[in-house]
Amino acid sequence: MEFISFLILFPFIAAAVLVFTKNNNLRKGIVYTCSGIVITAALVFAVSYFVGSGGAPVKYLGESGVIHIIDYMMLAAELFLTVLIVVLSFKYKKYHAALLSVAGTVVMAWLELTGGAASAANHIYCDKLTVVMCLIIAVVGSLICIYAVGYMTDYHKHHTEFKDRRTFFFPMLFVFLGAMFGLVTSSNLIWIYFFWEITSVSSFLLIGYTRTEEAVNNSFRALWMNLLGGLGFAMAIVYCALKLDVTTLQELVSTSPQGAAVLIPVILLAFAALTKSAQLPFSKWLLGAMVAPTPTSALLHSATMVKAGVYLLLRLSPMLGGNHAGLMVSLIGGFTFLVASMLAITVSDGKKVLAYSTISNLGLITACAGVGTEETVWAGVLLLMFHAVSKSMMFQAVGAIENATGSRDIEDMHGLIMSMPMMGFIMVIGIAGMFLAPFGMLISKWAALKAFVDAGNTVLILFIAFGSATTMLYWTKWLAKILACKALSHKVEKKPSVGQWFSMFGHGFLMILLCVLLPIISVQLVEPLLAQLFNVESVSVLTPEDLVIMVIMLIMVFLIPLVARFILRRMKATPNIEYMSGINEGDNRHFRDSFEQSKNMYLSNWYMVDYFGEKKIWNISVAISVGVTIVCMGMVLTMSGGVF
Amino acid sequence: MLRSAIGIILYIICAPIIGGLLAGLDRKLTARMQGRIGPPLLQPFYDVSKLINKEILLINNMQYLFAWCFIIFVVFTGALFFGGTNLLLVFFVLTTAAMFLVLEAATTNSPYSVMGANREMIQMLSYEPMVLLTAVGFYLATQIAFGDGTFTISKIVSESQIPNIVYLPGVFIGFLYILTIKLRKSPFDISMSHHAHQEMVKGITTELSGGMLAIIEISHWYENVFLLGVISLFIVCSKWWSIPLAIVVVAAAFFLEILIDNTSARVKWDKMFKSAWAITMIFGAVNIFILQLI
Amino acid sequence: MAKVSKSPWLLHYDGSSCNGCDIEVLACLTPVYDVERFGVINTGNPKHADILLITGGINTQNKSVVEQLYSQMPEPKVVCAVGICACNGGVFKDCYNIIGGVDKVLPVDVYVPGCAARPNAIIDGVVKAVALLDKKREQMKAEGGNK
Repeated sequence: MEFISFLILFPFIAAAVLVFTKNNNLRKGIVYTCSGIVITAALVFAVSYFVGSGGAPVKYLGESGVIHIIDYMMLAAELFLTVLIVVLSFKYKKYHAALLSVAGTVVMAWLELTGGAASAANHIYCDKLTVVMCLIIAVVGSLICIYAVGYMTDYHKHHTEFKDRRTFFFPMLFVFLGAMFGLVTSSNLIWIYFFWEITSVSSFLLIGYTRTEEAVNNSFRALWMNLLGGLGFAMAIVYCALKLDVTTLQELVSTSPQGAAVLIPVILLAFAALTKSAQLPFSKWLLGAMVAPTPTSALLHSATMVKAGVYLLLRLSPMLGGNHAGLMVSLIGGFTFLVASMLAITVSDGKKVLAYSTISNLGLITACAGVGTEETVWAGVLLLMFHAVSKSMMFQAVGAIENATGSRDIEDMHGLIMSMPMMGFIMVIGIAGMFLAPFGMLISKWAALKAFVDAGNTVLILFIAFGSATTMLYWTKWLAKILACKALSHKVEKKPSVGQWFSMFGHGFLMILLCVLLPIISVQLVEPLLAQLFNVESVSVLTPEDLVIMVIMLIMVFLIPLVARFILRRMKATPNIEYMSGINEGDNRHFRDSFEQSKNMYLSNWYMVDYFGEKKIWNISVAISVGVTIVCMGMVLTMSGGVF
Repeated sequence: MLRSAIGIILYIICAPIIGGLLAGLDRKLTARMQGRIGPPLLQPFYDVSKLINKEILLINNMQYLFAWCFIIFVVFTGALFFGGTNLLLVFFVLTTAAMFLVLEAATTNSPYSVMGANREMIQMLSYEPMVLLTAVGFYLATQIAFGDGTFTISKIVSESQIPNIVYLPGVFIGFLYILTIKLRKSPFDISMSHHAHQEMVKGITTELSGGMLAIIEISHWYENVFLLGVISLFIVCSKWWSIPLAIVVVAAAFFLEILIDNTSARVKWDKMFKSAWAITMIFGAVNIFILQLI
Repeated sequence: MAKVSKSPWLLHYDGSSCNGCDIEVLACLTPVYDVERFGVINTGNPKHADILLITGGINTQNKSVVEQLYSQMPEPKVVCAVGICACNGGVFKDCYNIIGGVDKVLPVDVYVPGCAARPNAIIDGVVKAVALLDKKREQMKAEGGNK
């Protein structure tokens, strides 16, 4: 318990200190120390949890006087956030955001002040999923904070047009982490909602960091979409409290899923989760979040924010199997997986590709949660871990490349392995971790496909079949671009700072560790986690046979480069220039044209805009997803016999 | 366990021999269709042994690494298949293998190689959905046939009472369609072709020479045998007569591909992509949908 | 043992030919002559080729191209000059831009005369070139070259 409260409160204290830290070096020291403390605390918490309770779920904070005071403090904080949003909304004339915020808060305030909220048996709940989430948030999030120190120094050197608001930026990062810890450890729905709103607001503030018109517009888009989800969340809480007499998430999940009435809060919560994890039709806000400095994108896309959405879905997944709420979640998820991966083919901005791939991957996790069987949730949890690490790493790498070369366009990353070998190496690890056999995506797709076939859903199978083809295309072409050995490339002199290196290599190390330990993680951690989640004796997804093949593949991946190196030494190969119909200038970069002039050779990727372009498929995808959402929610409402 | 070990060893030893003979047969048949005498049946073996004895010209060392990765993963794919393991896993490894070939070409940064690599990626995009649907099709077919759906190849073979093609006619047609892409036959040989003199020179293999080219050539033999193995999986079941029948069907499919190769001109990439996805939807998806209704 | 001569792959380069010889080279591939009987493939890629088959003379513009193509062929390799122009410049010998036959820039192993060279002469030349390939291969081995 002490560790949990420390994990939640410490980032807020760190944030408070950082607000008043004007000196850059001092700030660096504080950020490094606090990040170190957060990681250590999370590790100690994880160990003490497994040693202390042996992995059994633990509940803390029953009903007491102190809790009431905390409840009121939270309400006060929420009112403060609402006032803040209203003020900012009026300042920038975005009234819809103010309206949504006020609506949500009024509902919650009414519930709490009239005493409609039933007293909860516990407020903090800790099981293996909590620990996994805490570890992801602590390690990935803190590394991002460390990275941010060096990055923001570079950023303000390059972008003198923006006001230096680092005294605001770093506190917000830590607030974000604190809110995420709160979100994953709380069990009382009202508490989860409180932290949920903090993440919405702090992401809004972070996206608007530069205060350009685009940044403000995008930040308000993020805000209203998340507040809409928040409103759904609030309504779910009210319904739970008044109709079902349920106050905690765990109680909600353990009620019989056959009762149709319980599906109403479930689908409302799922709706909130879909907005937060940027599923269609709400994907636009995450794309807009790219205007913010890279650490923000890294944070929003990997360890926090979007993961809050899928975390909630994973918690709800036992309730989602075989009903309309689950159908909505899985269809939207599968559809988003396909559409976002198609869109990722058509863009060349590195960060945008990463953004689409995040949405796409989250779609797959969402679909897994929506089908709601042990196998799919197993795939979802593993995918969540891989995605958090690799996406954070790749965002950081792209940010560092942008600071060093002035471009984050994939076309400009041609031959990155020659010009910035270490950055190229990190990108390769990240991409390989995302989709190459035997890692990440692959096992998840495998489990997901099997479960979708069992669930008998042809549409979902098609989403996976076509989506995996498009996913493969956009990763492969990026990988090919990075690995192109462009002759005579000059090494880029400018290097990221030590802190940035530390963070990126930390991620790379984690990624490799995850891959190597995958069978152990699966058997020791994820499968028991699922048993807890689904309240069953034991779950086994990986058969020994599959495990053997996976280990063979792992060995191959590590052995082949070594063996090849060995053979390479013995082999006699003659270096030769490229074939350019005999008119290679000899340097592999230029050719002679018909006027005997030297011309630069340029190789570009394919983007297939005519097939998958945003103009072609965006509007229709949004329309379809809105339709699916409305129809499924309508089905749930009518089947459960009316609203409220 | 023993049976799968035998399967793997037989594949690793026999596949290059069968694959080479098939390639020779292919050239012989092609020549006959064009009214020529054609090279001897063993010509592919002469070619490879010559290549091994030639000097190797390289642009960079990474080519070498990826070419080796390609052959290792292709052999691994086939070994997993003939070892009777998980069909879905086999297809995933196959995709990884294909990706190494793309990287091998892309890493040279040579115009014709990269063009081949890009086109190869489009080919992968075109055939990948149908490949996955094929695996799903077998799962559903076994589910109907003996109640318990499985991706395990040895089970598909040993427990099916009748050839699975009965349940999977649409999937079979779809797979035949993408087989043309995978076997690099005209009209879909857009990334690399065995036909002489063309606008993209030799596509993905342009920058490979000597022993390196031999490696790619041999891995294509391995790959072709594996692909025809997948065709035979549609036929083979626990009955003895299914094996000769499978040989007949595989031979017919192979002949059909050669006939198509010799009677059609190469199409642009967009035609290939659109038609492959359309066929996947029309034959593959509909077949699977019907299976799920049963 | 493995003989290079069993699968000679060609790279056909058109220097400043009048296209007469080129037509005849392509005629070798047709059903009438079917040079593939001997395993010959017209690769169009120097990195795969064993025999560089040049028609037409060398001019100032294509000199470097021919040299580069030759340098991109892996050993062992032979050069076969087809047609009188490739042998010594032919009727274009005295043109302002013609350097002369292929042997002015590359070591030519086989000369196939004729204007245009007849397919049977070309095939004969290729077969002679093939014999040379084996010899060169032996030489390479003796010198402890590749492998």
